[in-house]
Amino acid sequence: MPSRRALIGGVAASVAAAVLATPQVRAQTQPGVIVVGGGFAGASCARALKRLDRDLAVTLIEPEAAYLACPFSNAVLAGLRGIEAQTFGYDQFGDVALIRKRAVAVDAERRRVRLEDGADIGYTRLVLAPGVDLRFDALPGYDEAAAAIMPHAWKAGAQTLLLRDQLAAMPDGGVVILSAPPNPFRCPPGPYERASLIAHYLKTSKPRSKLIILDAKDAFSKQRLFEAAWQEIYPGLIEWVPLSSGGRVTEVDPATRTLVTEFGDHKADVANVIPPQRAGGIAQSAGVADQTGWCPIDPVTFESRLQPAIHVIGDAAIGGAMPKSAFSANAQAKACAAAVAALVRERPPVQPKLINTCYSLVAPGYGISIAGVYQPRDGLLAEVEGAGGTSPLEAPRSVRELEAAYAEDWFRTITSEVFG
Amino acid sequence: MTSHDMRRAKNRRGGRALAPVLLAAPVLLAALAASAPAWAEAAPGAAACTGCHGPAALGSAIPSLDGHAAEDVVAQMQAFRSGERKATVMDRIARGFTEEETRAIAEWLAKPEAARHAQP
Repeated sequence: MPSRRALIGGVAASVAAAVLATPQVRAQTQPGVIVVGGGFAGASCARALKRLDRDLAVTLIEPEAAYLACPFSNAVLAGLRGIEAQTFGYDQFGDVALIRKRAVAVDAERRRVRLEDGADIGYTRLVLAPGVDLRFDALPGYDEAAAAIMPHAWKAGAQTLLLRDQLAAMPDGGVVILSAPPNPFRCPPGPYERASLIAHYLKTSKPRSKLIILDAKDAFSKQRLFEAAWQEIYPGLIEWVPLSSGGRVTEVDPATRTLVTEFGDHKADVANVIPPQRAGGIAQSAGVADQTGWCPIDPVTFESRLQPAIHVIGDAAIGGAMPKSAFSANAQAKACAAAVAALVRERPPVQPKLINTCYSLVAPGYGISIAGVYQPRDGLLAEVEGAGGTSPLEAPRSVRELEAAYAEDWFRTITSEVFG
Repeated sequence: MTSHDMRRAKNRRGGRALAPVLLAAPVLLAALAASAPAWAEAAPGAAACTGCHGPAALGSAIPSLDGHAAEDVVAQMQAFRSGERKATVMDRIARGFTEEETRAIAEWLAKPEAARHAQP
């Protein structure tokens, strides 16, 4: 019989050898990072973390089998593109552990994420990339049932196809009304690109029709470029009603497709209501959203200002001047991944510098853009002065054509980086 | 990680039972000794480039940055900044970076492609 001392030594040595030899066991002893949400922000972050540090255990929690991308979904509405061109799977995620379940709660104190089936998983650091929730409590009359009649189409997929089909079924001479939300919201130029491409559809297929934009704002992204292009390409087709002229929608009646403003009622043949938004639900439950509904973050690490060890990226985050775009989400995800990879190894994170570039199509072959460069300043992501801005107001058509081509290739490049 | 977090993390480790420390320590040391990965070393801003500029194999109208010498990237960015080279958007972006930042990014971009576009 071996002595007690020899037995303990033997067990310890063999366990230690197994730990060092087996990659799986080794991975479990490493700190784990959980990413919640498989959109542009979350998918980018999960893949970037694994590229940065192969030994880091990275888990991506995303309930859907495929992601439906919003950029270019306005082209789907106008019949210029199929929805399959917007669809991306999660089969190129290598060693990222995928959990196809919904994350329903976060225990920030115990550092655990609870899934819809009751299971819960611990984390060293958590990255939340939940995107936006459409607020069905913000506009009287506009709830989820109303969205089946007056689609928002602000999350790509079934809603996009519903709005596309309503436009296709509308008789020539019909009135399309688009209601644009107050700031901040996902994709600031999005409603106006949408108006442009719907106008293109109407001009080419239903030329006696009209499009009215009821806006809760008095100004919008790339406004001068859009307005100049509308005058040139769609004269008399688009009417923009700003806040100061009674553009803010205060109530809707889905039964009659009526949008109510302080200045009167508007009856639509097709109504696209883009409601106010807030950070996705899990952010509210994790306690990282403030009273605005969005998530304040540290501009260097994207760590929540409200909860330790939870980082928030993409549309759900607020932290200064960066707009809520797919490009921003991807850039933030990579900066956040670098910070998280450093922090789990107890190394100091580097000061990031970020870029955003947003293209909008005004018509097929007519693109415009806005760009910005951002860096941490006074606790926020501030725009670098002297850089960025929009495409020139005066430019030959060849520049618009080039920007339209770049827009398409940007989408191909970024989706290839994000989803593989 | 805040300094408070760092302290807490250290305390947690210090408070662990002996056996887990013996098992975990060699693994942790091995990981810390490994060379730092590419993106952790990436110059600020460099990671954002690949949102538009992908691998050459994509065949995009937006040029790939693979295989460019650092000097070339620095010179082109300077030309974008000054307006000497016409652009749709790169002039607006280049003005957001100093000469020094540009050089650091260019040197990172000049590293082998595998270090920047490696699959997970």
